[in-house]
Amino acid sequence: MKRQLIAAAAAILLSLPAQAADNIKIGFVTTLSGPAGIIGKHMKDASDLALAMLGGKIGGVPAQIVYGDDQFKPDVGRQVADEMLKRDKVDFMTGFIWSNVLLAAYQPIIQSGTILISANAGPHQLAGAQCAPNFFSASWQNDQTPEAMGKHMQDQKMDDVYMIAPDYAAGRDMMTGFKRYFKGKVAAEIYTKFGQSDYQVEISQIRDANPKAVFVFLPGGMGIQFVKQYAQSGLREKIPLYSAFTADETTLPAIGEAADGNYEVGFWSPDLDNPRNKEFVAAFRAKYNYYPSFYAAQSFDAITMIDRAVAAVKGDVANKEGLIAALTKADFPSVRGKFKYNTNHFPIQNFYLLRIGKDSDGTYVRKIQKTVFADHADSYAGDCKMK
Amino acid sequence: MDPGLRRDDNGVAAGRAIAMIYVIEQVLNGAQFGVMLFLMAAGLTLIFGIMNVINLAHGSLYMVGAYVAAAVFGATGSFLIGLAAALAAAIVVGIALEVTLFRTLYARDHLDQVLATFGLILFFNEIVRILFGATALYMRVPDFLNGRVEILPGAPYPTYRLAIIAVGLAVALLLYLLIARTRIGMLIRAGASNRVMLGALGVNVTLLYTAVFALGAALAALAGVMAGPIFTVESGMGESVLISAFVVIVIGGIGSIRGAFVAALLVGIVDATGRAYLRPLLALFTSRAAADSAGPALASMLIYILMAAVLFVRPQGLFPPRGR
Repeated sequence: MKRQLIAAAAAILLSLPAQAADNIKIGFVTTLSGPAGIIGKHMKDASDLALAMLGGKIGGVPAQIVYGDDQFKPDVGRQVADEMLKRDKVDFMTGFIWSNVLLAAYQPIIQSGTILISANAGPHQLAGAQCAPNFFSASWQNDQTPEAMGKHMQDQKMDDVYMIAPDYAAGRDMMTGFKRYFKGKVAAEIYTKFGQSDYQVEISQIRDANPKAVFVFLPGGMGIQFVKQYAQSGLREKIPLYSAFTADETTLPAIGEAADGNYEVGFWSPDLDNPRNKEFVAAFRAKYNYYPSFYAAQSFDAITMIDRAVAAVKGDVANKEGLIAALTKADFPSVRGKFKYNTNHFPIQNFYLLRIGKDSDGTYVRKIQKTVFADHADSYAGDCKMK
Repeated sequence: MDPGLRRDDNGVAAGRAIAMIYVIEQVLNGAQFGVMLFLMAAGLTLIFGIMNVINLAHGSLYMVGAYVAAAVFGATGSFLIGLAAALAAAIVVGIALEVTLFRTLYARDHLDQVLATFGLILFFNEIVRILFGATALYMRVPDFLNGRVEILPGAPYPTYRLAIIAVGLAVALLLYLLIARTRIGMLIRAGASNRVMLGALGVNVTLLYTAVFALGAALAALAGVMAGPIFTVESGMGESVLISAFVVIVIGGIGSIRGAFVAALLVGIVDATGRAYLRPLLALFTSRAAADSAGPALASMLIYILMAAVLFVRPQGLFPPRGR
């Protein structure tokens, strides 16, 4: 009896891999649990939508996306990526919300020769000295977005700005980017614990310093807590709050009116006016019944980009050079309207000033106010050896 | 900017007043974190001190409280009903755990207890993920506490945070009366000093243990409910606060409620003032960039440095229970 059971169990185990007979596998590392899990949900939903709209095929070949949860931790992210490379033998790697997770997983992926497309994180190292032919960004270099806010606040002749960011790779990049274009006085530059959820101590510091404006980069759950607590403290009426990657379609449902009228910046927004974006936003809202965020838009572009590249090599994913050449050309329908790569495989793109307000149904969304930068390149491409 | 070094004020007196407000605000921030730690630490220290069980799953009871409150508050719209449901749920879960699992653990050594209760953490984290989903829940501040109180003219402070401090102090007072003035309290103290003798005197130790465990669970859930609107309600939320709560009971002296209270406030205030003052303080000695990076790192280590320092001077903690 016992032997029969063991034999049966063995048969079941052996039969499992046989089901996964897809030809192309895309490994997708993101955060699916904890407060940042909502970001992962947006990215996963958008990727699933992209694949569904392609009829389950990438470049005409049946395909599958393998999702992995980095649990918001660099070591876990690296391990998940390793498993995808070795066990699942994925043909492409994408996803990656967090710069510290991407930096941890970067070398093993790049050295394996697998093509890696970041669907969010853009640490400066990867745009400069550590750029690689098989790495592409479907998003931006970290500094670019806050550069737009720095430029806007400089144009408004603002002075005495209090800055807060989490203490990790992207936090430093964001503040560097902001200061590259903001030339006024910086009241303070505070780095808080990555994943911190109580900001009362920092809010007391702001009240004491009494700056003219506050600029924060607090993505995901951190931003939800900060923006709500800032409104609770009563400072919001006195000192305006500007942010990047903080109040967006992933966090606005939880933040609500505490962010009403706040300014953000970004390369994209649901109301960006081009046919491809209209198609994406309408299909996304019809399928999932909520607004896509920029995280969703980037993931959608990443999958579309892979699809066009695989089509260009006629499904031969072993032809890495052909794939890289096709990706570099970036000849794919992007939700940005147009899409162009710099020499370091980071996009050259527009950045817009956004403002949070209600749509016709009363849902809080980000709306484009004006273009801050047209065709804006990142500042690190010169350090990259690729031409 | 450093308090007391303002340029844009009308005079030194105004600068001093604002610096004073800032100090008071940071002390309140610390006290609020401290009383929440106290609620966690009180249960932990009772269970550890009296039953000699290391309960790593105490943070899970905190999480259960937060989740039940968030769900019931969301469904009924009443924070108080949510609070009551959370306390009831935690007491039920606490008693169930004590009866089914902990009774078999009392006689085992600490390593077995750590393993078993660590398993419980994984179990609870996974079960809330299955029941409530992987994404975090967000709890509103209840409307009747969603305002600000002027603690001093020109220094508003969120009412909800003041309410946390008030509830924490009230619970501390009730616990003090319970332990110092009632018969159950006498038995709890006796149990902390000498369990074997207590049993030999004919006290139903089994029942006492269950009651203490349920009390600890309710306190943890209360902390979880109050933390809900400030922190995110998520799977695994109990672990970070549990680590701080262990620091508190070690500093306070294991088994001592008074020690837990003093140590919790100490830890809360050291943590808040460390986050507020360490960076400007370091900037006096080093470059601003070095202070910017070392400040936050050092501030998050501060409570452990405090623990090490206290243990160096008083290895038993600040208020070790008598009789051991």
